[in-house]
Amino acid sequence: MSGLVILIPIALLMGLAGLAAFVWAVRAGQFDDPDGAAARILLDTDAPLPNSALGRPGPGNAEA
Amino acid sequence: MTTVALDTAGCPSGLAPPSATNAADPSPFVRRVGNQDRLSLTVRGAKCGACLARIEGAVAVLPGVDTARLNLSTGRLDIAWTGDLSAQRIARTVSDLGYGVAPLDTRAGDAGHKKEEQSLLLAMGVAGFATANIMLLSVSVWGGNGEMGEATRQGLHAVSGLIALPTLLFSGRPFFRSAWNVLKRRHTNMDVPISLALILAFSVSVAETIRGGEHAYFDAACMLLFFLLIGRFLDARVRRRAYSAARDLAALASRTVTRVSHTGTHEPVRAEDMRPGDRILLAPGERAVVDMMIEQGESEIDESLVTGESLPRFSAAGMQVMAGSINLSQPLTGRATAASADSLLSDIGRMLEAGEQKRGAYRRIADRAVSLYVPIVHSTALLTFLGWWLSGLGLRESILIAVSTLIITCPCALALAAPVVQVVAAGRLFRGGAYLKSGDALERIAACDHVVFDKTGTLTLGTPRLISNHVPAGTLQDAAQLARASRHPLSRALTAAAGPGPLAANVKERPGLGLEGTVNGMACRLGSAEWTGARDSFHNGASLFFVRGTELPLELRFEDDIHASASATIASLRKLGLGVEIVSGDRSDAVAEVARTLGIDQWTAAASPQDKVLRLEQLQAEGKHVLMVGDGLNDAGALALAHASAAPGGALDVSQSASDAVYSGGLAPLPLLVRTARKARHVMLQNFGFAAVYNLVAVPIAILGHATPLVAAIAMSGSSLIVCLNALRLNLPSEKPA
Repeated sequence: MSGLVILIPIALLMGLAGLAAFVWAVRAGQFDDPDGAAARILLDTDAPLPNSALGRPGPGNAEA
Repeated sequence: MTTVALDTAGCPSGLAPPSATNAADPSPFVRRVGNQDRLSLTVRGAKCGACLARIEGAVAVLPGVDTARLNLSTGRLDIAWTGDLSAQRIARTVSDLGYGVAPLDTRAGDAGHKKEEQSLLLAMGVAGFATANIMLLSVSVWGGNGEMGEATRQGLHAVSGLIALPTLLFSGRPFFRSAWNVLKRRHTNMDVPISLALILAFSVSVAETIRGGEHAYFDAACMLLFFLLIGRFLDARVRRRAYSAARDLAALASRTVTRVSHTGTHEPVRAEDMRPGDRILLAPGERAVVDMMIEQGESEIDESLVTGESLPRFSAAGMQVMAGSINLSQPLTGRATAASADSLLSDIGRMLEAGEQKRGAYRRIADRAVSLYVPIVHSTALLTFLGWWLSGLGLRESILIAVSTLIITCPCALALAAPVVQVVAAGRLFRGGAYLKSGDALERIAACDHVVFDKTGTLTLGTPRLISNHVPAGTLQDAAQLARASRHPLSRALTAAAGPGPLAANVKERPGLGLEGTVNGMACRLGSAEWTGARDSFHNGASLFFVRGTELPLELRFEDDIHASASATIASLRKLGLGVEIVSGDRSDAVAEVARTLGIDQWTAAASPQDKVLRLEQLQAEGKHVLMVGDGLNDAGALALAHASAAPGGALDVSQSASDAVYSGGLAPLPLLVRTARKARHVMLQNFGFAAVYNLVAVPIAILGHATPLVAAIAMSGSSLIVCLNALRLNLPSEKPA
């Protein structure tokens, strides 16, 4: 039974963490534009690399 | 700048085609925050991810722009920039992509609605958290029944109560506030029994916990809140969508006007700051926002949205231009004859309000159900208490049973029955090309038994199409070289037929007559019979004449095409049992022609906006429920008055605001709209039926004192689930496609 004294607060704390995340999301406007959010994830935002970046090793192949 | 009259393609899935009007100068609406300038624009027609990327991308690369973010749900584009970028350039950038754009007055924004929706969402989240956690504890109490020690049970109840109290205080506020407000006015609504059940359930549970009793209803109280808030949130979301559509009316009215000061300088001012007598410059392509008297200049005025007349009217000094008309060819200077608030546009705005007030008298099915429900539930609970108490049960037990009756009858299913159906139906209609604007629209559309159509732009495309197919291709190309310089609808139709190509040299436009210019070294003219020296035509519609050098004038005939889907739509509407009628502001012969083609016997031509309203009142006096379908400013009054109304996506903002639904892609979505609305009403009634049956089963159990917290939890979630699943049935394909 003494386990409950620890387990219940842990369960509640985890729930509260989720709730805090939800409150933050609402306040930050994450639910303001559901249609836009659905569309944005499919946007191809990669712009072509600027010319100056082509000659230099990028972060992916920098070995030194 | 030469405007090449090409049909700019908007979003393929866009409801509103790009408007032909110029973007008004939004600079009076720029707000300065620190060293940053901010502007909010309403963008019409952006409906998909590609639109979003195109618009944001184009604005973001303008010099000095820090952020550009488009809200796809509301069509609001927020831009922040530093430096001397002009607001006009931003608006022009968006309108050049083919989207309609208007400055948004943030003072008249929908901040209140947004806040309400957000607080409901927060309340729902908190209630959901509390329900889940209390349920965790409750399940162990129920599971450990008999074996669990009394102290442990009391401890678990106490923890539940500690979670429930703040939840009740936070998430219960919308219900308590609304219940208190109606009680003060000695009325009652659904929130009164809800609040009572919540408070009683909580107080009784606290008392039981302190006493070390077996049953506490903390979980039931929180679950109740959670389900009710879901319904409330969905309802608020539907209403806010409806409101943001109505806000477009304000966006239209808050356009800017170019005022000419006495020193001759031009300055953009807000339309509402205009005074009668102010001098105004109306640029080609611009829409008049106040009524004005022309003093200087000659041009052609497109009044199709004001009067329904499909052909432009020649206007010169001394003539009146009504708000809502579009200047087509030459700049006009004139004096405002009325302030923006007294202009025709505002008159129509007032007609809208009057119509909406009449319509406001409509009582939703849900409200009617509640007015039946509240007295029954309360007297049942009271009788249960009195019955048990008088038959000798203790006061505490009697109260406990009465409260459990109140909890179990609490209208979870009732509160979800309508909003869930509305949301599902709106989603289905959206995929079918119709966009629902108000929650109760479905119920009203379902009741309609008569459809009144406007002609121009509704049954017909509203844009003329070249029907002379004997014209040699070379001649057509030559004529198009002239036509590309003009905004006249016939010129645009000619250009559309000819496709892209060069522009003739030295093109001059003479308002009311036509165009002249040099094509391949030959002087050419395109325009009226008089302008080209031709004999008048016998064509029962619009025609243009083209003359090249000394050749004989050639007639080009145009016709306002009927929508390809019109006859099929009218047939299926008739099959659904609706009467069909046309009421148009256009000429009698044009209306008769369309009515004959579509086989509609009842039609009225040359109807003024007031005539349309009168005809609708007449039909309503006959006991008919009218569904009005129209697009013009002249239809707006009728749209607002009708029992239900729909407007095509290309309609003027005012008309879209006045109607319950907006549809796109021809007339085909109309039968779908009626069918879905009828089915939605059916499902809604079914849901209320379910809620009633549920109560019939649950109430006796509660009255007999068997409604333990476990029974309440199962019954409440079970009934809510059934109602939601039943609403989802709307998404199933119902019948074979015709």
